[in-house]
Amino acid sequence: MIIHALAFYLFAAIAVASGFMVIAARNPVHSVLFLILAFFNAAGLFVLMGAEFLAMILVIVYVGAVAVLFLFVVMMLDINFVELRQGFLQYLPIGGLIGFILLVELLLVLGGWASVPHVASSGALPIPPPEQVTNTHALGHVLYTKYVYLFQGSGLILLVAMIGAIVLTLRHRPGVRRQDIAVQTYRRRDEAVEVKKVEPRQGI
Amino acid sequence: MTFASLAPVYPELWLAVAAMALLLLGVFRGEGSTRLVSWLGVAALVVTLVLVRAQPAESQSAFGGMFLADGFARFAKLLILIGSGFAIVQSLGYIKYNRMDRFEYPVLILLASVGMMMMVSANDLMSLYLGLELQSLSLYVLAAFKRDSERATEAGLKYFVLGALSSGMLLYGSSLIYGFTGSTGFVQIAEAVKASGSHASIGLIVGIVFLSAGLAFKVSAVPFHMWVPDVYEGAPTPVTAFFAVAPKIAAVALFCRAMLSPFGDIAADWQQIIIVISALSMLLGAFAAIAQNNIKRLMAYSSIGHVGYALVGLAAGTEEGVRGILIYLAIYLAMNVGTFACILSMRHRDSLVEGVSDLAGLAKTHPFMAFLLAGFMFSLAGVPPLAGFFGKFYIFMAAINAKLYALAVLGMLSSVVSAYYYLRIVKIMYFDEADEPLSKPLRTELGAVMGITGLFTLLFFVYPAPLLAAAQAAAKTLFP
Repeated sequence: MIIHALAFYLFAAIAVASGFMVIAARNPVHSVLFLILAFFNAAGLFVLMGAEFLAMILVIVYVGAVAVLFLFVVMMLDINFVELRQGFLQYLPIGGLIGFILLVELLLVLGGWASVPHVASSGALPIPPPEQVTNTHALGHVLYTKYVYLFQGSGLILLVAMIGAIVLTLRHRPGVRRQDIAVQTYRRRDEAVEVKKVEPRQGI
Repeated sequence: MTFASLAPVYPELWLAVAAMALLLLGVFRGEGSTRLVSWLGVAALVVTLVLVRAQPAESQSAFGGMFLADGFARFAKLLILIGSGFAIVQSLGYIKYNRMDRFEYPVLILLASVGMMMMVSANDLMSLYLGLELQSLSLYVLAAFKRDSERATEAGLKYFVLGALSSGMLLYGSSLIYGFTGSTGFVQIAEAVKASGSHASIGLIVGIVFLSAGLAFKVSAVPFHMWVPDVYEGAPTPVTAFFAVAPKIAAVALFCRAMLSPFGDIAADWQQIIIVISALSMLLGAFAAIAQNNIKRLMAYSSIGHVGYALVGLAAGTEEGVRGILIYLAIYLAMNVGTFACILSMRHRDSLVEGVSDLAGLAKTHPFMAFLLAGFMFSLAGVPPLAGFFGKFYIFMAAINAKLYALAVLGMLSSVVSAYYYLRIVKIMYFDEADEPLSKPLRTELGAVMGITGLFTLLFFVYPAPLLAAAQAAAKTLFP
């Protein structure tokens, strides 16, 4: 139990610290690397809670795809982040004020929390004990039965995103050399090789 | 689950599969196939229309109550399908001459229609959001479809950023509603609201406020209207014509369902929000359009005003109000499609023009088009006996019966103000001399669209009974 608690505090502390470093680091590449560290620690927290599937997805999707994409963007776009951050102190008072007001509002809302009777029983699905069924199994079980409509709907949205990306960026440039294996193999010797008679000391 | 239990979803299934098949057809046939894909897309929409009409009259739900095909949804779906079909037909000429005739264009309109149909059938916060995103994402791409034009890409990007913001607000509201009622299904939320007595908890109200802010953005009601004039002006004209009709109808219908179906019992708690945004939209639509010289910008402000009128019916919160909204939307569809068909025919030699003053002398060069455009303008202003008058009439009658006298008076005053800029267009067409008259002959399909919508607008008062009866039956299903 003590190891469990120690691991929790270790992961949580590193996650919070690296989250802070994401916005505090001077070098944007360092920011993204700290973001990756935060993702790894959040995955560790998921493992501690017994949500191993979410932990792996977090690592694969966020670290493997999203964060690497961020790194590419940060490295390819030449943005001067120091310049972007120049007005920071100037906007700090008003930003802080708005943040404070939002915090107070949230506290007021949560202070007035009164959940509806039988809220526990009206939940979407009963949760089986984790010993009986693995995460992956449980998710798959509801995702492809009860929530198949939402699953397919998300599929359509991703299709639109794909069409959109192609429509807005793909350009057919004329004169681009592409490999065409059939043409290559059908070439005959006399098309490809030209024999020239070179006179001495003349060049071609 | 058997295949027969999917019966309520057949129209959406068919349209989604048809869109994907047309996408494949376009990919294999290459760039020259836009015209074919467009007409096949119109055919797919017509088949969907038949499938929607063929559904039995009673309400059916599917997927554990997430999807609801009732009379209200079916009425809205018919309007959406008609609007999308007209949008494809209208754009055929434009996309050809402006070198944006890629086959993805009709496919994206079809996918947006699927999203809109999912929206109006949503009976759960999750399916609501999915439908909304499917529709919005297609619209963002369409707005930026003319990718070499700086204004179009700016419009697309602006729409995308602000749309993402509004989706965030909507999701935040949904999460609060889920947290305070313990469910995302509209039926279960309604039960939970009923169980907690006449007064909702403050958390639930905050959730409703955020939800309605997100939806108000999608219907472009004041104060969430900032994007509309810029996007309408920047996007290619046929895309603007599409934006102004089908997505707006879907969003207003979704707004009605998302407010009335789960929160009908605490109407007093959210009615004031609707009253305020409706009054502001009517006023802004009336006054801000006066100074506009670009006809697309003018139509943008006009559409903000019309959303304000439609929301008066929602503010009433009664069956009569919803009936008024449905009638209003049907008439709005005809007037706007017709007006945009006229705008799409405005050209000097080869380039399309969009200034209001370019319409000068239209009555001499194109008397047929000028007559119809004058009819649409009178109808948009709400002059009897044209169709637009009846739309406003039923809305304001519902407001007066719900004792919202101030809102009804405000609506009438603002429609008087808005008559100024509608009638100014008529004056320019008939009495001003043109420097350079609009030259090109009318395209056949635009003329046909103008003719159909013009006939509806001009002659609605002769035989309004079928529309009234259909709207009445549709509104009834929202109030069990």
